[in-house]
Amino acid sequence: MEKPHKVLVIGSGPIIIGQAAEFDYAGTQACKSLREEGIVTVLVNSNPATIMTDQGIANIVYIEPLTLDVVSRIIERERPDGLLPTLGGQTGLNLAVELADAGILDKYNVRLLGTQLESIKQAEERSLFKKLMNDIGEPVPESVTVNSEEDAVDFAGKIGLPLIVRPSFTLGGTGGGIAYTMDDLKIIVSSGLNASMTKQVLVERCLFGWKELEYEVIRDSADNCITICNMENMDPMGIHTGDSIVVAPSQTLTDREYQMLRSASLKIIRALKIEGGCNIQFALTPSPAVARRWAPDQLNVKQSEYYIIEVNPRVSRSSALASKATGYPIARIAAKIAVGKRLDEIPNKVTGKTMAAFEPALDYCVVKIPRWPFDKFATGDRTLGTQMKATGEIMAIDRCFEAALQKAVRSLEFGKRSLLWEDKGWGNDGTLDSYPLYPNDLRIWAIMAALRRGKQVEELSLHTGIDPWFIQKASNIIDMEKRLLSETLSRDLLWQAKRLGFSDEQIGTLADRLPEQVRELRKDWQIKPVYKMVDTCAAEFDAETPYFYSTYEKENEAEPIDERKALVIGSGPIRIGQGIEFDYCSVHSAWALQEAGYRSIIINSNPETVSTDFDTSNRLYFEGLDEESVRNIIENESFLDQRYIDCPSIVQFGGQTAINLAGPLSSSGHSLIGSSAEAIDLAEDRRRFESFLNSIGVPQPPGAGIMSLKEALDTADMLSYPVLVRPSYVLGGRAMEIVNNDEELTKYMKRALDLDSSHPILIDKYFEGREVEVDAVCDGTDVLIPGIMEHIERAGVHSGDSIAIYPGLNLTTREVNTLVDYSVKIALAMQVKGLMNVQFVIMPGQANEQSSTYVIEVNPRASRTIPFISKVTGIPMINLAVKVMLGISLKKQGYGTGLYRKRRLVGVKAPVFSMSKLTGVDTYLGPEMKSTGEVMGIDHTFEGAMIKALMAAGLILPPEGNLLLSIADKNKKEALPIIRGFHSLGYRLYATEGTAAYIEKNGMRVTAIEKKLSQGSPNIIDLISSGTVDGIVNTITGGRIALQDGFHIRRAAAERRIPCFTSLDTARAALKALSQGQRVYSIKPLSEYLA
Amino acid sequence: MASNKKALLVLEDGTFYEGSSFGAETATYGEIVFITSMTGYQEMLTDPSFAGQIVVPTYPLIGNYGINSTDIESSKIQVRGFVVREHCPTPSHWKNQMSLDSYLKNNDIPGITGIDTRSLTRHIRSLGVMMGIMSTDLTVAESLRELKSLPTYDATDFVKEVSTTSKYKWENTVVEPSKFNVVIIDMGLRYNIARIMARLGCSLTILPCTATASEVMALNPDGVVLSPGPGDPALLRYSIDMVTAILGKVPVMGICLGHQLIGRALGADTFKLKFGHRGGNHPVRDLATGRVHITTQNHGYAIAPETLKGGLEVSHINLNDGTVEGLRHNQMPVLSIQYHAEGSPGPQDNLYLFERFIQMMEQRKSI
Repeated sequence: MEKPHKVLVIGSGPIIIGQAAEFDYAGTQACKSLREEGIVTVLVNSNPATIMTDQGIANIVYIEPLTLDVVSRIIERERPDGLLPTLGGQTGLNLAVELADAGILDKYNVRLLGTQLESIKQAEERSLFKKLMNDIGEPVPESVTVNSEEDAVDFAGKIGLPLIVRPSFTLGGTGGGIAYTMDDLKIIVSSGLNASMTKQVLVERCLFGWKELEYEVIRDSADNCITICNMENMDPMGIHTGDSIVVAPSQTLTDREYQMLRSASLKIIRALKIEGGCNIQFALTPSPAVARRWAPDQLNVKQSEYYIIEVNPRVSRSSALASKATGYPIARIAAKIAVGKRLDEIPNKVTGKTMAAFEPALDYCVVKIPRWPFDKFATGDRTLGTQMKATGEIMAIDRCFEAALQKAVRSLEFGKRSLLWEDKGWGNDGTLDSYPLYPNDLRIWAIMAALRRGKQVEELSLHTGIDPWFIQKASNIIDMEKRLLSETLSRDLLWQAKRLGFSDEQIGTLADRLPEQVRELRKDWQIKPVYKMVDTCAAEFDAETPYFYSTYEKENEAEPIDERKALVIGSGPIRIGQGIEFDYCSVHSAWALQEAGYRSIIINSNPETVSTDFDTSNRLYFEGLDEESVRNIIENESFLDQRYIDCPSIVQFGGQTAINLAGPLSSSGHSLIGSSAEAIDLAEDRRRFESFLNSIGVPQPPGAGIMSLKEALDTADMLSYPVLVRPSYVLGGRAMEIVNNDEELTKYMKRALDLDSSHPILIDKYFEGREVEVDAVCDGTDVLIPGIMEHIERAGVHSGDSIAIYPGLNLTTREVNTLVDYSVKIALAMQVKGLMNVQFVIMPGQANEQSSTYVIEVNPRASRTIPFISKVTGIPMINLAVKVMLGISLKKQGYGTGLYRKRRLVGVKAPVFSMSKLTGVDTYLGPEMKSTGEVMGIDHTFEGAMIKALMAAGLILPPEGNLLLSIADKNKKEALPIIRGFHSLGYRLYATEGTAAYIEKNGMRVTAIEKKLSQGSPNIIDLISSGTVDGIVNTITGGRIALQDGFHIRRAAAERRIPCFTSLDTARAALKALSQGQRVYSIKPLSEYLA
Repeated sequence: MASNKKALLVLEDGTFYEGSSFGAETATYGEIVFITSMTGYQEMLTDPSFAGQIVVPTYPLIGNYGINSTDIESSKIQVRGFVVREHCPTPSHWKNQMSLDSYLKNNDIPGITGIDTRSLTRHIRSLGVMMGIMSTDLTVAESLRELKSLPTYDATDFVKEVSTTSKYKWENTVVEPSKFNVVIIDMGLRYNIARIMARLGCSLTILPCTATASEVMALNPDGVVLSPGPGDPALLRYSIDMVTAILGKVPVMGICLGHQLIGRALGADTFKLKFGHRGGNHPVRDLATGRVHITTQNHGYAIAPETLKGGLEVSHINLNDGTVEGLRHNQMPVLSIQYHAEGSPGPQDNLYLFERFIQMMEQRKSI
C-alpha cells in the first residue's frame, strides 16, 4: 500500500457519557504516530479542552463542529488523500460513514485508511454481523433486527423473555435495555429506534448473569494478529461494560477458556478484515454459584460455552484501558498499521528492544471502576444496565486484587470514601434485600457491608451474579478489617494489611489510631511501598518505560530521579465539575517543566487520559491522588541512599483534587512550586477571603460563612432573599443553590450539615447580574490577563454550564478597566505565583448610575477555561504559569502586565450535557453544574462563532420548524422580544396554555397545548415525543417545588435530543446568531483565525 | 488453607526470599526458572519439560480456577517446586475439583507463596538461571551448604525420569478410522500433542526415549514425532543416534527438545540460553512467509545457527532475540520447531504445523 501524504483525523467532539478523554488520548497518539511517519496530519475536533487540538500535535488543526457539512468543507479545502476514521470514537466513525455515503470521499479522492467501510458496517450492523459470525461458525445469541415494535413482540413470542434490546450506531449503548415483560419490550424498542442512526434495533436472547469478557485485538495488513489484553468484567453480563468494574487480565478463566476466546477473537478480526484495533466482547458460561439463578441451562455443562456479544471496529474506551493496563499503546500502533506498517516493523517503545508484534504479559492485577455522577444527581436513577451512565473511570494496579480494588475505590474521589464506607440505612432488617445489591453505583460498598454482617460468599454470588472469586476477595478484605479491629497492631499485621491495600486512614479507623500515627508506625517498622514497573513483558526484558505503580513488596524499581524535577498532581477521574480540562493542564505543565530543564513526574489515576500516557512525562506514577499516596511518592523521590533530593509538587493544574492537597503536603514539610499553601488557603477560606478583599478595597456580594442553621437564618434575613448557598471547598458548584425563603434555606442547611459539618456553609446575596470571568497568570510583579470572557447566562447559572464568549462584547471600557484593576490587585496582594481565575458579577446601575462590579469567586489554580482562553488568544497559559513558578518572570518571557491585546476573532465556549443517558435528572440550568463537556466555536463574527458552538453542542435549531414555549409568568415580559424574534424568523409557535394566551395577546399566531400531563393525550410530551417540535424554550417556575410538568418537558426534550433552552439568555443568544441565517460561519484552521 | 509456616527460597548466589509454605511441606531443590503465561498453571505444573526445575509464574495470582481432571499435560506434577506471589485457597470454576494447595500436597510437591516474584524474575533475568533450594526448616547458610552437595541441573538427564518406560497406544480422542500410523518418542510428551495428532486422524504409538531406530522403524510408521522434554540435549547421545538413523527414512516432526535433537543429529550445536524462553507470548517469524506467529515456549537451550550444515536451514526465528525457532532440510522430510505448536497453556495459533506434518506424511505415502 502506498503511504498517504496528508491524513485527516476526526476527533470525538465534546466529553459526553460514553465518549470521554480516551479519544483525546487515542487521537493525540495517532497524530504523533503519523507525524513520525512523515505524514501531514489534519485534525478536526470541536472540543477545545483536548491536547489533540493543540498546535504541535497535528500539523493543521480545525476546531470546528463535527458535522457532515463542516467536515466536507474541510476536505474540500485541505484535500487530504487519507482519512483515519477509527480513532474518534463512535462520533468519528459515524461521521466517516456519512462522508463515504454522501460521496464526499470519492469526490475528493480520499482513501479510508485502516479498517474499511465494509468492515465497519459488518461489525456495526447487527444483521450483517450476525451473518458473518454464522458464516465463520462463531456463536451469537439468537436475535432479530427489527424496525418496529410489532416485530420485536413477534420474536419474543418465539424465543421467550427476557430479551435484550440494542440500537445500531449509537454512543455508549444509548437507548438499549433489558425487557422482562412485553410492556418493557415495547417501551425499550421504541426508545432504541429513536436513538439509532439507522432506525434499527437488535432484539436478542438475554445472557444476564453470564461472565463478560473483552479482548483487545490488533491486525495488520499482512494478516498478523495479536491480542493485547483480555479483561474480565466483575459485574456479569447485563451491565454495560463502561459501567462495570473490570479486571485485567481475566481472573477466573482456565487457559483453555482464555485460548478459546482468544482464538475466536483472531478468527473474527480476520473475518472482518480489520486493519488496526478492535474490541470483542464475549459471554461465557458462569460459575455454578451464579448459574443456579441466572443461567440454569449452564449448570451441567461439559464444555464452556460462549457467545460473541459485540465487536467495536475501532479504538475504544476499552482499548485505552487495555493500553494503560498493559503499557501497549494501541492507538499509536493502530495508526501505523493504517498507513501500511506491519506489526513486526513497529518497535515496542516500552522495552525499546522488542517489536510491537508480541502479546503483553502482566505481572500485576488491574482494576477499573467507573466514576458515576450520582453524587451530583441525587435524584437520578442509579440503576445500571445496558445504558452507560458513568462520566469517567479510574484504574488501579497492584500485585493482588484486594489491593487494586481498594486503591481503585479510593481513587474515585468520592469524598474520602474507602471500602469502609456504608450507608446508615443498610442492613437494618438483616435481609439481603436491605442492601442495594442490584446493579447500581454503590453495589461494591453494599457487598462489603453485607459481608461485614456475616452474609456468605455463595449467597452474595447467587444474588448479584458476581463470580464467587471476586466476592471471596472482598471477604478477605473484611477478614482483615476484623483482625485490625480485634488484634494488637503488630508489624506483621500492619504489613499484611498494607499488602491488601488498606490505607493508613482505614487502618487508623479500625485499629483506633490517627492516620498520621499509622504512618509513624510504618516508618518505625520500615513498612513503605515499593514501586514496580509496567513494562509489557512481566520483567522478561529490561524495559525503559518510566511507568510505575505502588505495592508492598520486597524490591523497589523506581530509584529517585537524580536531577531537577517536579511532581505534577493530576486530577483523577473525569466527572462533572472536573473534566478533561485539568488533564490538559497537567499535560502542559509536564511539558513546560521539561522545556525549562526539569524532569516532570505525573501522578494520576485516570486511564483515559493523555497525562497517563507513558511518554507524556519523564516518569508516571499510576496512583490515586489521596494524601497518603502522594506523600509516599514524594518520599520515594526524595532520598537516594540517604541523600536528599528536592521533589516539589505542583498543585495548580489538577483541579480541586490537587489544590486540596496543598495544605496537607505543605504541613507535612513538602515544598510546593507556585502559590503557597497560605495563598491558596486565603482564597478558599471564606472568612479570610472576605476580610482580604475588604482590605484591598475589592467589593464582593455581601455574605458570610456560617456553621449552624440559626446563623444561616440570621444572615439570610440581613442579606434579604434570594441568597446563594454552597459549601466551602466547592467542586463544580456541588450542592450550590439559590434559595428564596426561610423554608428552602432550612431544608438546604439540614442536608448540608448532615453531609459535612466540619467546613462552613457560605451564604451570599444573590445578584442576578452579568457574569464575567478572567484567567490570569501572575509572577509576583506582573499580572497578565490574556482575555476577558463574558457569560451569556446571568449569574446563577453555574459558570461551567454557561456559554462563555471571548472577548467580552458587551463590556464598557470602564467595566473592563475595573475587571483588570481588581484582578491585578487580587493577584498581587494574594501573592499568586502561577494561575488564578476570578469570577465577577456586574450589576447594572440604577437610573443613570454606573454599573458595579463584584468579585464572586477566586480560584488560585488553573480553571476550566484555561484550554479555551489559551486557544482563542494563542497565549500558552500553562507554559507561562509553570515558568513563572520556576522563577522566570513574565517580562523575561516577553509578556507585560494587564490585559493582552484583543484578538480580532470571537470564541464561544458552550457546555454539552449527557442528559439523555441520565434518567430522572432535571436538565434546567442552575447553580449546580450539570454539563459533562464543552465545545468551541471560533469565527470572525459573533454570529458565526455562536452558530458553530450551538451546532457542535447539539443546540442548533433547524432553519425552519416548530418551537415549543413554556415560560414562567415572572419571565414572560422578558421573553416577549425573544418570542417575537423567533416568530419573525418564520418558526411556528406551540405553547402551554398560559404562555399561548400571552403570545396571542401580543398578536402572534400560536398553537396552544391545552392538556396538562395529568389530563391525558395529546399533551405536551406527546408533542415532543412525536417529533413535532424542533426546539423548546422553557423557564422554571421557581424554587424546586412543583416542577412536575416542566420536568417532564425537559426530560422528553433530552431523550428526544431536541435543543431546550431553560435560560432566556441562551435563547436570546441563539436567536441573535440565527438572525443572520445558518451559514454565516467560515471554516478555517485555528492558526488562520489567530493570524 | 496453606499453613502459615515460614518457608525460605535460597538461590545459589546467596540471594534469598522468605515466604509461606503451601502444598507439601518438604524441601526441594532445582533450577529456578520463570514463566510469563498468565493462565494455565495446571498445564505448567504437569509439563514434563519442567522436570528438575522450580517454577516461578510471573503472574501473581495463581490457583484462581482450581484444579480439574482434564487440563493436564502428563500424569502427574512434574515441577520440583512452585513459587508464587499468591495462591488461591478458594478457587472458583465449574470445572474445579480441588485447590492448588491440595493438588501440590497430593503430589508431594512443595510450594512457597508470598514471594516478590517480580524481584525474583528480574534477578534471574539479569544473572541467568541458577540453582535454588526451598525448605521450611533450613537457614540461608544451611541451604547454601546443602545446595552445594546436590547435583546441578545441567549435569542431569531428566528425560529418562519423565519418559514412559514401556510402549503404549494412545487411546483417547482417536478419530476412526485412522489415516496415519505415527510413532511418538516420549522424552517428556505433553498430552496435547497426542490429543491434536489423534484428532487429525493419527493412530499413535508412544515409545520410551531409549527406543532404538530399529525399534521405531519396526512399527512401520508414516511419521515420527520427537516430543519436547527437559534438560540439555547434548546429554542424550542415545536419542541423537536414533534420530540420526531415522532421518530421511520417514517424515520426522521435532518439537522443542525434539527439534534440538534433529539439529544435533545433523551436526549442529546447541547452547544454553541465559534465562530461557518460557511463556505464551513469544513472537516467531516464519521466514518463508514473513508472517509472525505468537507461540508458547518452554526451553532453556537453543540451536546455534552458525553451526548448521548439511542441508539444514533456519526456517523460523524469534522476533525478540533472533534465536532459531525452526529448521528445515533441503531434502529430508523434516518439520522442526523450537516452540510448542500444541500450546497448552498458550495460543492455538500454530496448530497448522501439525496439519503441515500430516501433509508431509501424505506426500510421502503417495510416493
